[in-house]
Amino acid sequence: MRLTDIEEAMARGEHGAPRQWAIQHMQQVGRAFDAADLVEVHQAHIMADTESLGEAGVAFLERLGQAPAADRRVRVPTITDPRGIDFAHYRKLGQTDAMANLERRAIDAFEALGVLMTDTCINYQTIMPPLPGEHQAYGDTGVVIYSNSVLGARSNFEGGPSALAAALTGRTPRYGLHLDENRRGTHRFVVRTRPRDLAEWGALGALVGRAAGSYWAVPVIEGIDGPPDSDALKHMGAAMASFGSIPLFNLVGITPEAPTLDAVCDPASLPVREIDAAELKSFFGEYGAPGEKVDVVVFAAPQLSLIEMQQVADLLDGRRIHEGTALLVATSPGVAADADRMRLTERIEASGALVLRGMCFYQSYAREMAEANGWRRLLTNSAKLVNILGGYGYAPSLMSMSDCVDAAVAGRTP
Amino acid sequence: MSGPRILRCHVGVGPVAEGEALVTDDNFSARYDLDRLQGIFSRPQHKLHGQSYVGKVLVVNTAKGGVASAWMLHEMAARGMAPVAILFNRFNPILAQGAALADLAICDRFADGDITRLIETGEQVKVEPAVGLVTVG
Repeated sequence: MRLTDIEEAMARGEHGAPRQWAIQHMQQVGRAFDAADLVEVHQAHIMADTESLGEAGVAFLERLGQAPAADRRVRVPTITDPRGIDFAHYRKLGQTDAMANLERRAIDAFEALGVLMTDTCINYQTIMPPLPGEHQAYGDTGVVIYSNSVLGARSNFEGGPSALAAALTGRTPRYGLHLDENRRGTHRFVVRTRPRDLAEWGALGALVGRAAGSYWAVPVIEGIDGPPDSDALKHMGAAMASFGSIPLFNLVGITPEAPTLDAVCDPASLPVREIDAAELKSFFGEYGAPGEKVDVVVFAAPQLSLIEMQQVADLLDGRRIHEGTALLVATSPGVAADADRMRLTERIEASGALVLRGMCFYQSYAREMAEANGWRRLLTNSAKLVNILGGYGYAPSLMSMSDCVDAAVAGRTP
Repeated sequence: MSGPRILRCHVGVGPVAEGEALVTDDNFSARYDLDRLQGIFSRPQHKLHGQSYVGKVLVVNTAKGGVASAWMLHEMAARGMAPVAILFNRFNPILAQGAALADLAICDRFADGDITRLIETGEQVKVEPAVGLVTVG
């Protein structure tokens, strides 16, 4: 991989040990993907919940954070994905002091590096959305797929270590979604129905993701008549990335790189897969028997926008969550501050629900929370969350936000 | 088959590694599929559900799931609870990034086709990522 003079200097350690580690890390990754050189990025977004970091990851960050200030400060604006702990509520959730202590150490290390603790996976709605063509180093697959697809940005999935390497150097290896040739459509879908709510948009994303099925696939989707809103594409993209490891999709006539079908693929060369209302419905599958006890209802993955917070508040007004059921609502610290000021938090929590700040549930020791609280039966309107939580010992079901709230109040599935 | 078999692949990430193969045509995500404390596959739908991957040369189809695997491989390796190597038909950036931090051997893009059909569970495998070489038997 070709390096510029300044990159060579970083590789030799002339800009300090953290940047030397970063360049060496990128050389290993770049070699595996035949990257010709590094590309400058404007932002880095780091996924680093302590469940994933563990003691080893936190100790690694602390070592970087102990370098001299000139050597350790990030070179581009760097923000964080959701964390594992909301310090105001962790005991109520059955999380431990050891988890909270690990979290504090990780935060201290990131702050020593100059990282902004935004703790959000909806930065494209709330912090600074990228421009078309802007190269970025985003973590969180939901952030990457939305930013690439809806906003025309250029980012690979950057796991925590690589996003950190990008933050320290202002660069990332030029491969994958940074290159035009990897942004052409590879799979065609025609959708014969229009999803009606966020859960259905998520289900559509899940079906496309499962069918396309690889990081190197770019689905091109026709048949969506007029643009949905940002929350709908947020859920669709997050589910597509989760089920298929997909980093980019195109909605013909809606997303910026696909004004027409021909602009983004060679239509004649690609078979067409249709998705109709029946297939969408069948994705929701079995909810278990009606009247079955519900342990926990979760709105998260991705974190809720201010608009979704209002929808939850409207559905909960004047109602009380069943005493045997927990209702958790995860949003970013920034949205939560707005929701506090507009009294949405108060309206949601008056029902017995909890608003969690800077968390996203599945990045928060979901297995330990299940064991501590006896949670198994989980309802959510997030297709992404349903996909993840099976491995964590939950029996999850996907339904609309409104049905989820009804079930939380009744304590039972509808 | 008699004698060792040589399989060529793309240059990978990580050091030379040796171990016993655990093979599936299913996919891999550290967050979605594993109980990392016990070192077993825990997602009920996974074809290796209940099986231990610790110390194995894991052979899978592709990488799935989110970005968490990048930290998780490092965390698993630090506790001595990781596979010694992972071979894919095609990995994704997250697994390459995680392997780089964890110093774990990974390879993909095999010249002879579907790697999940070229190696059988229980066979002894040597992986040399820097030169894109895997020796079986």
